Amino acid sequence: MRKLVLAAVLAWATGGAALAAQPEPVVKHYADLALAEYQDALAGARALRDKIDALLAQPSARTLKAARDAWLAARIPYQQTEALRFGNPIVDDWEGRVNAWPLDEGMIDYVDESYGTESDVNAYYVVNVIANKELLMGGKRVDASTIDAHLLRDVLHEADGNEANVATGYHAIEFLLWGQDLNGTGPAPEGRTGTPQERHSGNRPHTDFDVKQCTGGNCARRAQYLKTATDLLVSDLEEMVGHWEESGAARKEVVRDARAGLIAMLTGMGSLSYGELAGERIKLGLMLHDPEEEHDCFSDNTHNSHFYNQIGIMNVYLGRYVRADGETLAGPSLSDLVKAKDAGLDKEMRQKLQATHDAMTAMKQRAETVETYDQMIAEGNTEGNAVVQAAIDTLVAQTRSIERVIAALELGTIELEGSDSLDKPEAVFQ
Amino acid sequence: MRRIRRTAGLGLLFALTATGAAAAPRGDINEADRLRVQAVTKATTDFSKAEPYETMQGGAGTVDKLVNADIFSHPAANLDFEGRQEFLVGNGLFRKDWVSSPSSTQASDGLGPLFNARSCQACHVKDGRGSLPNLGTTGKMDSVGLLIRLALPPSADAARAAVSADADAAKWLPDPVYGEQLQPFAVSGLPAEGRVHIDYTEVPVALNGGETVVLLEPAYRVLDLGYGPMHPDVVMSPRLAPPMPGLGLLEAIHENDILDNAARAKPDGVKGRPNWARSPSTGETVLGRFNWKAGKADVMHQSSAAFSGDMGLSSPLFPSHYGDCTGKQPECLKMPHGAQPHLGEHEVPERLMKFVAFYSRNLALPKRRDIDNERVLAGKKLFYESQCIACHVPKYVTRRDAERPEHRFQLIWPYTDLLLHDMGPGLADGQTEGQAGGTEWRTPPLWGIGLTKTVNPAATWLHDGRARTLLEAILWHGGEAQAARDRVAAMTPEERADLIRFLESL
Repeated sequence: MRKLVLAAVLAWATGGAALAAQPEPVVKHYADLALAEYQDALAGARALRDKIDALLAQPSARTLKAARDAWLAARIPYQQTEALRFGNPIVDDWEGRVNAWPLDEGMIDYVDESYGTESDVNAYYVVNVIANKELLMGGKRVDASTIDAHLLRDVLHEADGNEANVATGYHAIEFLLWGQDLNGTGPAPEGRTGTPQERHSGNRPHTDFDVKQCTGGNCARRAQYLKTATDLLVSDLEEMVGHWEESGAARKEVVRDARAGLIAMLTGMGSLSYGELAGERIKLGLMLHDPEEEHDCFSDNTHNSHFYNQIGIMNVYLGRYVRADGETLAGPSLSDLVKAKDAGLDKEMRQKLQATHDAMTAMKQRAETVETYDQMIAEGNTEGNAVVQAAIDTLVAQTRSIERVIAALELGTIELEGSDSLDKPEAVFQ
Repeated sequence: MRRIRRTAGLGLLFALTATGAAAAPRGDINEADRLRVQAVTKATTDFSKAEPYETMQGGAGTVDKLVNADIFSHPAANLDFEGRQEFLVGNGLFRKDWVSSPSSTQASDGLGPLFNARSCQACHVKDGRGSLPNLGTTGKMDSVGLLIRLALPPSADAARAAVSADADAAKWLPDPVYGEQLQPFAVSGLPAEGRVHIDYTEVPVALNGGETVVLLEPAYRVLDLGYGPMHPDVVMSPRLAPPMPGLGLLEAIHENDILDNAARAKPDGVKGRPNWARSPSTGETVLGRFNWKAGKADVMHQSSAAFSGDMGLSSPLFPSHYGDCTGKQPECLKMPHGAQPHLGEHEVPERLMKFVAFYSRNLALPKRRDIDNERVLAGKKLFYESQCIACHVPKYVTRRDAERPEHRFQLIWPYTDLLLHDMGPGLADGQTEGQAGGTEWRTPPLWGIGLTKTVNPAATWLHDGRARTLLEAILWHGGEAQAARDRVAAMTPEERADLIRFLESL
């Protein structure tokens, strides 16, 4: 008995935070952090809405740039929230509305001739709802004279179950603000100035929204589409903020059972690191050298979307989030829990997260000073490819540590999606 | 994966199975395990409650996710992060729209020249079934999810030659001009092959209890032929894209368990026989499990065939860059292709095919719902007692030595024997594929069938999507399944509702 007390005192003396770490406050703080991140994402979307209102009221190069800047700013908090996916079914159920990609832009608006008009299997590939008040969908005529939330969300989004039919969310808005990026992995066209992104991204003129000197045709409908999609983004984010508020369903789900909450946290970190980011979003595009596989392909902002994903993963582990206004939200963390079990592993996890952060920072700097992300993944661009590959490698390495964390916290190794005792083959016959 | 080596030729193997002798015991498990597997896979006779683990119809990979249109698109729950990465890269390729050559994106081109679809997901909608817009309305069919296989019966001379050479059954041939299937799309500058036109006839069927169900009987024609007439003897077989979940688990069922299904005594004159397919990777003849006639040996074989036939993309197993273009379509063979010497000799190199196959093998089954519901249990009892399970065999325990650890030694509930059955003239396509004759179809798995319309509201059932409801699908059963079908027709309306309720819980 005396020995035990002494051990406890020693532990307290050597690492108070570690001793205090308990799963319940950690998952509660995770829910607080999720709320803060979604609140900031919502604030970003509202600011974007204001700038888009200004653009539509008075289309000019200046108001278009302000709207684009607001979109870029709105992505910063949103991309951090992506670490909340995969572990929280409510988030997964909702996510497709706000961040679905890649999208067939020909369903929404005019596209370049090189996009192709060959009779095609995606019947919506060249539907161009902005130009057409009546659509032929699944063999039926659909009235599209009014562009409203119902048309975008219920009729067009994922029409015919084709996931490339993306009608709502950040990327639909991005397409309308920037237009197609026709520069592929090649050099920026002559005559454009500014950052690599400003020279290489899509180049839609502000007059596409100007009903008085309209370019691209159907400017009023284009404006209506942009307005509708932006309003939907705001209302979708409002809904998600509600899910994380005090009585929200997503919060209840993670705090109800702290163990399940920890699993949700680590599932999100691991799945975003490895499958989504290192795999589908980075490796696939690099392997195919295909700019169509670039996440923020119209704005060439992919370096930031990847970078802030990593920040989001770190937020979850460290229990620390720097809000859009610069304030820091900090509290009990997974890191504290791991440190109490195995201080060496916590150190390793932090180092691995930092290594990815460094690799992503190098990619971000290259994008801001040398070449855009889609140029980096070009075939034959050895140096650019290596920078992207380094991000993949560090993400893979950090996932290995996440797996060790899962084991150290005795959360099971393969029960990540809520399967039951059948995980153990022998249990089949219990 | 280990395969049965067949040096003795088909004749001997048929002789063995025809004797009714049980296949050899599985080599992957010891005697104690064998007895346990036998006990756990025995069809239940207790319908007072659900069976242990019944909810986990796809074994440990079963997912417990919100039931929405994405429910067929999740990775198996027991995949580790590394597996998830392969899965997601495969997902990216599965939904990728391939483009025609030449394109600036050299690794993503090569589509066609003739094709049915630009991407996998265009037909396998949300990883579920394909659908037919305007089903029931006579006219041109714009769906991409239904393709038409073309085949010519062998001439009498060819059949005689095959017999004297002791070869496999004389092979059916592709149409000399249009090849093995009709591609209604082509890259620009090339005519498409034609359009499918469907005529429907309504067939009312009276059921016990005063209910009448109207079935739709389709007849297929091809219009707007782009390359002149088809051979007059061509037989057309329509095939709808099947759902994707659980394919890796079907692959991990032991061959001998399937051969046992064939050997086992069954009621109502139900027979069931395996199809045999030549594996293009090894050249060996192996048990066929995939596609509507079990004509494909494994997921890689099936996926590679689809890349070639449906999208016109070459891969190691199907190396032609021109897909289904024939020698009588010379303009097709002159089109640019998408293979780049520095990226490998195929439009879709082996490593990309491996991602696609990995994805296809690891799509999760959803958890079953309402397994303890009284009506579901009553429906389950009717399903079992009406002898639907003679072909829709409920359970298996997968191989201990399956290629992937996630698939090993899992108790799974696919409700299929993976065998061919004579399904009667109503469903017959008249086409032979391997050993599968013109009236024969492979028993399709039923797992996940209750969520068909959750995933794709327009989806329908059977090989050509003619059944608008599960009951219509049952009523089309004929041949070996006639007796079981007649039992369903003779049920009270309440019993039939329970039976459907059970299917909807899968």
